[in-house]
Amino acid sequence: MNAIEVKDLCFAYDKEDVVKKVSFSVPKGTYCTVVGHNGSGKSTIAKLIAGLLEKRSGSIIIDGIELNDQTICKLRNKIGIVFQNPDNQFIGSTVRDDIAFGLENHNVPQPEMDPIIEEFSKRVGMSEFLNNEPTRLSGGQKQRVAIAGVLAMHPDILIFDEATSMLDPQGKDEIKKVIMNLHKEKELTILSITHDIDEVSKSDYVIALNQGQIVLQGKPEELFQNEEKLKEIQLDVPFTFKLTKELKKLGVSINNHLTIEGMVNELCQLRSKK
Amino acid sequence: MSITFEKVSHIYSDGTPYRFVALSDVDLDIIEGQMTAIVGQTGSGKSTLVQHLNGLLLPASGKINVLDHVIEAGSHPKGLKSLRGKVGLVFQFPEYQLFEETVLKDIAFGPKNFGFTEKEAIEKARHAMKLVSLGKEFEEKSPLELSGGQKRRVAIAGILAMDPQVLVLDEPTAGLDPQGTIQMMELFRELNQKHHKTVLIVTHDMEQVFNYCDRVIVMAKGSVHTHTTCEEFFRDSSLCNSLAILPPALIRMKDALKEKGFTIKDEMEDIHELSKEIAREVKHG
Repeated sequence: MNAIEVKDLCFAYDKEDVVKKVSFSVPKGTYCTVVGHNGSGKSTIAKLIAGLLEKRSGSIIIDGIELNDQTICKLRNKIGIVFQNPDNQFIGSTVRDDIAFGLENHNVPQPEMDPIIEEFSKRVGMSEFLNNEPTRLSGGQKQRVAIAGVLAMHPDILIFDEATSMLDPQGKDEIKKVIMNLHKEKELTILSITHDIDEVSKSDYVIALNQGQIVLQGKPEELFQNEEKLKEIQLDVPFTFKLTKELKKLGVSINNHLTIEGMVNELCQLRSKK
Repeated sequence: MSITFEKVSHIYSDGTPYRFVALSDVDLDIIEGQMTAIVGQTGSGKSTLVQHLNGLLLPASGKINVLDHVIEAGSHPKGLKSLRGKVGLVFQFPEYQLFEETVLKDIAFGPKNFGFTEKEAIEKARHAMKLVSLGKEFEEKSPLELSGGQKRRVAIAGILAMDPQVLVLDEPTAGLDPQGTIQMMELFRELNQKHHKTVLIVTHDMEQVFNYCDRVIVMAKGSVHTHTTCEEFFRDSSLCNSLAILPPALIRMKDALKEKGFTIKDEMEDIHELSKEIAREVKHG
């Protein structure tokens, strides 16, 4: 069963379409990354799926239900979204209040709130910080609070819109670990818009966009083999793929690997054969 | 002429319960005409350090020499305005500071503030736009309708319009896409090599340090932990690992192979060199 099904999706802010006949589907429980340079339409598609923008034509089906005026309220509850800037998504004056904000909006009775807040702050490793001021947290901690706030709404689909791009390396790692842990539980479908090659390598499926259209899609190891095509749309490939290409030019036949460890192992085998 | 720090300390909120020593006894000699990276964890004092370079922050103790200007703790600094014309500082996310109606006016704001006539300021702004590859068609656009990368170019052009000798950039590529990042780094390289500006870049990205910079300053807990050439810094992973910094992929690959008994030289410029070394090992053992 597909969590998300997008068919011939088009969207325009004014006259010109910025999303042009985009079709893809994401099976339930999949960790899907979306890549493309700024202005390629990535965030627009995420906002269309989350019901924050209205499509011009085509269809979006969430959990078998088509997104339209009648279903939008129901479907919005199934989708959580975490944005890029950790400073732009805080409302509460403490971490606890901030996570509670969404629950309050859903009329969750006060006594039920506390256990929910405890549970989800624990899932993102922030339970020690419930009484802290959000402004005094690091970028990675802020984003983890934002994730807890979204998880408390029990979404089926979690969208990350460049959620790590403004963070320092430590913050990036924190968030990527949280995403991987959520993915392992297999309950959520994850759609992550990212520029992080390392994150893309670890996802199940990648969609590459350019000028509002899907250029490539597939498993990361398949996608990265199209180096020329990716270069055309100004996207990078992992270092291991670049090195494999250089080695092939020098007559070393070696497979593509997503990790340095994998590549080192094969090189060791190649060497011992000589 | 060079840029030196002698026993420089900086304390935030001194005399309050929030007292925080951000820099302690920093000695530093920054070489002019080079591209120097300043790295270190969040909170290690990188931004505090660079804000001393043009007197935005003043030392609590110690002395700073910047291009013949002396800033000394305890004495009122002189000639700060002229220093700020020579040392251009670009903050994190500088695009948030754009405010004028048009790109050209925004870039001309700096030189106008430094006493140039309207006409001179516009001329300088046009020249700065050329440096950052913003075409004439951008002149009359509102800065607000540009993309993130373009906005950042406008902000950097605003600093370049004052023709500083030293350009200091605090995380200039944070939040940009990979292509925007490369363009930005190429721009700094050009300013350094063609226009002979001293460039200081605060960054977390070791690939940038490895590919573009001459020297590295590592800050840790308000002190200079290491100050060395990039060559030395990336000779192997050990220094990076001890600092919880992820080394560039090329260095990680090289070290992983060496651990498995490959004979590979340590001075490694780029991927071509590494692939030749690996091919030789694999083919001839």
